[in-house]
Amino acid sequence: MTTKLFGTRVPRVEDQRLLRGRGTYADDVLVGQRVLHAAVLRSPHAHARILDIDVSEVLDVEGVHAVWTFDDLTGPMAEPLPLLIPHPALTHGRTQFALAKDEVNHVGEAIAFVVAEDRYVAEDAVGRIRVDYEFLEPVVGIDAARAATRLVHDDVPGNVGARLEQENGDARAAIAAAPHTLSLDLTVERSACQPLEGRGTVARWDPDLGRMTVWTSTQTSTGVRGCVAAKLGLDLGQVDVITPDVGGGFGVKINHPWPEELLVPLAARILGVPVKFTEDRREHFISSAHERGQQHHVEVGFDDGGRVLGLDVQFWHDHGAYTPYGLIVPIITSTQLLGPYKPGAYRVVFESLYTNTVMVTPYRGAGRPQGCFVMERTMDAIAATLGKDRTEVRAANFIQPDEFPYDQGLVFQDGRELEYDSGDYPASLEKLKALVGWDEFEAFRAEMAAEGRRVGIGLACYVEGTGVGPYEGAHVHVETSGKVKVATGLTTQGQGHQTAFAQIVADELGVPFEMVEVTTGDTRRMPYAVGTFASRAAVMSGSAVHLAAKAAREKAFRIAAEALEASVDDLEISDGVIRVAGTDSAIDLGTVAVLSNPLRYAFDEASKAATQFSVGDPGKPPVAEDDEPGLEGKDFYSPERSTFASGMHAVIVETDPDTAEITILKYAVVHDCGHLINPMIVEGQIHGGVAQGVGGALYERMAYDESGQLLNASFMDFLMPYVTEVPAGIDIDHLETPSPLNPLGIKGAGEAGVIPSAAVFAAAIEDAEGIPITAMPISPSELFTLREAHLPEETA
Amino acid sequence: MTEEVHDVRLQVNGATHAVTVPARRLLSDALRHDCGLTGTHVGCEHGVCGACTVLMDGRPVRSCLVLAVSAEDTEVTTVEGLAEDTGEDDTVLSPVQQAFSDCHGLQCGFCTPGFLTTITAGLRANPDPTEDEARDMIAGNLCRCTGYQNIVKAVLRAAELTREGR
Amino acid sequence: MKPAPFAYRRPETVEEALEALAREPGAKVLAGGQSLVPLLSMRLASPGTLVDVNRLPGLDQVTVSDDEVRVGALVRHADLLAHAPAGERQPLLAMALAHVAHATIRNRGTTVGSIVHADAAAEMPTVLALLGGSVEVASVRGRRTIAAADLFAGPLESTIAADELALSAGFPVLGPGEGVGFAEVARRHGDYALCGVAGLVRVEDDAVTEARLGYLSVADVPTVVDVTGCDPAEAAARALERIEPGDDIHASAAYRAQLVKVLTRRVLTAATDDARSRDARRTG
Repeated sequence: MTTKLFGTRVPRVEDQRLLRGRGTYADDVLVGQRVLHAAVLRSPHAHARILDIDVSEVLDVEGVHAVWTFDDLTGPMAEPLPLLIPHPALTHGRTQFALAKDEVNHVGEAIAFVVAEDRYVAEDAVGRIRVDYEFLEPVVGIDAARAATRLVHDDVPGNVGARLEQENGDARAAIAAAPHTLSLDLTVERSACQPLEGRGTVARWDPDLGRMTVWTSTQTSTGVRGCVAAKLGLDLGQVDVITPDVGGGFGVKINHPWPEELLVPLAARILGVPVKFTEDRREHFISSAHERGQQHHVEVGFDDGGRVLGLDVQFWHDHGAYTPYGLIVPIITSTQLLGPYKPGAYRVVFESLYTNTVMVTPYRGAGRPQGCFVMERTMDAIAATLGKDRTEVRAANFIQPDEFPYDQGLVFQDGRELEYDSGDYPASLEKLKALVGWDEFEAFRAEMAAEGRRVGIGLACYVEGTGVGPYEGAHVHVETSGKVKVATGLTTQGQGHQTAFAQIVADELGVPFEMVEVTTGDTRRMPYAVGTFASRAAVMSGSAVHLAAKAAREKAFRIAAEALEASVDDLEISDGVIRVAGTDSAIDLGTVAVLSNPLRYAFDEASKAATQFSVGDPGKPPVAEDDEPGLEGKDFYSPERSTFASGMHAVIVETDPDTAEITILKYAVVHDCGHLINPMIVEGQIHGGVAQGVGGALYERMAYDESGQLLNASFMDFLMPYVTEVPAGIDIDHLETPSPLNPLGIKGAGEAGVIPSAAVFAAAIEDAEGIPITAMPISPSELFTLREAHLPEETA
Repeated sequence: MTEEVHDVRLQVNGATHAVTVPARRLLSDALRHDCGLTGTHVGCEHGVCGACTVLMDGRPVRSCLVLAVSAEDTEVTTVEGLAEDTGEDDTVLSPVQQAFSDCHGLQCGFCTPGFLTTITAGLRANPDPTEDEARDMIAGNLCRCTGYQNIVKAVLRAAELTREGR
Repeated sequence: MKPAPFAYRRPETVEEALEALAREPGAKVLAGGQSLVPLLSMRLASPGTLVDVNRLPGLDQVTVSDDEVRVGALVRHADLLAHAPAGERQPLLAMALAHVAHATIRNRGTTVGSIVHADAAAEMPTVLALLGGSVEVASVRGRRTIAAADLFAGPLESTIAADELALSAGFPVLGPGEGVGFAEVARRHGDYALCGVAGLVRVEDDAVTEARLGYLSVADVPTVVDVTGCDPAEAAARALERIEPGDDIHASAAYRAQLVKVLTRRVLTAATDDARSRDARRTG
């Protein structure tokens, strides 16, 4: 009997390769072969008109092969990059050119592209390009964008790219009539994904085959494929995009095409030599996307029990210089802000604003951390106003378990209704309180106070729409050796898909786990796919893989039933052997694969069994009319709407009374992503999310000066946490309310760990200090400034 | 103008690589592109992330902060040199590598080689670390995926495996 | 982020090195390279020539005498940190070295190189300044010793001439009745400090007869303040007369001033306690 693998801690198969240093990341592709290297001239100015570009000195540099500027681009390459998600509210969407046409709108925007023998020489050449600029005043930060005394794009009035309003009920009237009201202003600063591997693209043009192969570190190989074909004037069938090992994504690699993803294949085709671009860290800071920067204003009305009667939120989203990814981030904030709660009435309106800074696309959590910060700060403020326990106020507002499916009356990021499928928020809260020791905290606080130490506790709750459409697919192929080759089109960047999907296939097909090999993100193997984002891979591809494996099993049973002269209903499969239940009559899956493909030629021992002399009914066509040769299964999963995971975090912090340093004493997570495919992988995702959240709450920000220079564009000054900055332990408890929307009852887990961080740390620090925390991240220096501002009058 | 190049013999994982490089070639680039040992990864090129950490004469160093020409006559160990070649089908994972697999100490795997080399040297110096010492051992390496929780466990597990004679 | 081209010299003797430095005015010395190579890769520095001194004989020694711990130019931070006799005679070395970046950087970076780099945010320049040590330098013109008080000229600027090579640094050992302390606050473990303080206190018959504090990261150069006779609050006030911490993206000036106060108190107390306990052990 094959043991069921779903739900177990199967060690990852990808580790064997990665631990030996045998991964293949983009910069590893074609090492040892002749390949040219690219470097990019990037704007040193946040806002300027380009008057002239002089590349005359570049070609004198020995080892330089070519240089491109905008003037060298033709056809679709000379048009702006695609606006990927054209939401109707995005009335003033703008995208950049692959190389700046006549204006640059942020420091780091690509201006010229050099290809040389190696990256060193390419950088030498970049240093020799002379550009004449006419400086324009930059717009930096949300305040400047709103003031609109200067414009980023001349033809975008008020710097407003989009304005979107949604309302469920009459929020303003409900607030006006409420017994209590509060206003809050809440800010979250910019940050960025910062995967350890930056972007990277390699391309090889084969003129004999008329075929372009592109390897790129992306979260969507099919997306890049479509763009490369369209921009280079190739048929889709001429372009293969392979996503090799990816050194982390976290969202930034879902945007596409980056200029280099087009320029590299263009150069490879023109030069007839493979070309590679590997982004360096400084480039990643100033040319790859950021996220999180938003200002929010909240009006809330509530009753004596803390029940929210009306909630009215306005916010301003800084989307940077361009909007290729549309309004996904602010739409998610505006909808997912509600979390596990059901306010009496809700109105939200946002403006998405241009600034002369790096553009914004989703970063793990994608607008949810800001929404959670807004909602949870509001809950804490209500509790403080009423003098109630913070958990009580939350419990009073929860959607109850018997209210699912629950329609929030809004439209979600995918254009579908925001309808929660399942969850149990009261149970989560009880688990969290137990896990963190909520009820025992006051005793602990007193104990610490006696030692002159200052501690605080906070909690935050969230709901996450995961597994958004439109679809994913999978292909399962059983080889005659019995090996099972699985392909799904979405990409992987560390989530262990090769393991998790193999678990699903091994279970469904009844084969040993070791026989299953999974390929992701290779358009040659699965050309129809969307991508890896929004915690959707397990839900979407996991379901598709399950369905495809099921199809393969059905076909295998059909063939086996014929071969064993039995009924399909009597068959069972385990360890790769199909048998008639309770008998010795059995057939290997590999043999079934042989039989599935009637052959003329015997190319090996196994195939002898499948030649026309061995199989088939002479009275029927070798392949039936509604059948096809081969033991394969292919299917797609396309749900009506997203499935909603949820969770709650709590943290206990200590703040140093002298230095204002913030230390994490305990971190607790209760998480509900439906059925767990591999708890080890899910917990790893949570750990990583929490650490990224610690970074976002306490360390990381994009420090722009008023001229639009990013002052901390390095790992020296952008303070990603080391092990010394993250909690020494993260206590995790799971709740499993399965999703009714997919066959496995799963929900997404990838982003969960990071969503409540800003909220939960703000709450805990506020609790320790007794000072309202309304802006995140917060550093010791900023906490010290707040302390000084809140000193009692007599001592100030 | 033609750039001056140097013939350099790099001793890596017990093999000699004769490479011809300009003086400015970083050891990280020489290992990856001239020796073809792409297991060493480059995450920041300014010595902060630790992904490119290799052992030079047994000590962890940032290969992006060393010139290839300066590395001549030192013994370099990269991640490719950690697993044991027993002549079987595949190399046998070292205790540190095995511990990473056991403890789910890696996700995307990009920073992993730097952790593996660092911990390999760290456990030689301190074969029986406390949890605090384990954390200290990896305190100079950035990981964006794991939140370090399982890497700390992997350090302790690797010490255990080593003691068990693995 | 790749360095611009440069010529490379790897002399086998000190004399060859000095000749190379004399011959090529734009040359830079490469020892550990842990500060220099990032500057090269970011093309913030592009010297015409690098003189790699890693092969020079005799510069990788730590020698401990009755007066001083002498550290050769090629001694790595990690080696000095692990040098038990050095740590015993001048405990401040190990206290401060443990805060120098991360272990991997300490494996390659040299203590003398860090001092010569003259970064006021680094630990070892301040330690040298506080202890009143010195650096021995050589050029084709001859050798000289530069006292720490004369060494640091400005931000990342020392008084060592372009053609001079630092051969060693001398750190005075702890005298009778002396004690030391060190503390810093950094954003992340291993980062440059937002503020750091090193302290040296001498007691006689349980009374403090001398107290000096060295400050890092709060002024353009390592700054030593004599706080003899001050209580912690007075000491901090005296320090803040000498230094005016600035703003940057990590900390406000006011916050740095607060750290000066807090760390002054912590280090002065710790160094005084250390002096008393050492004195008690000595005389006890």
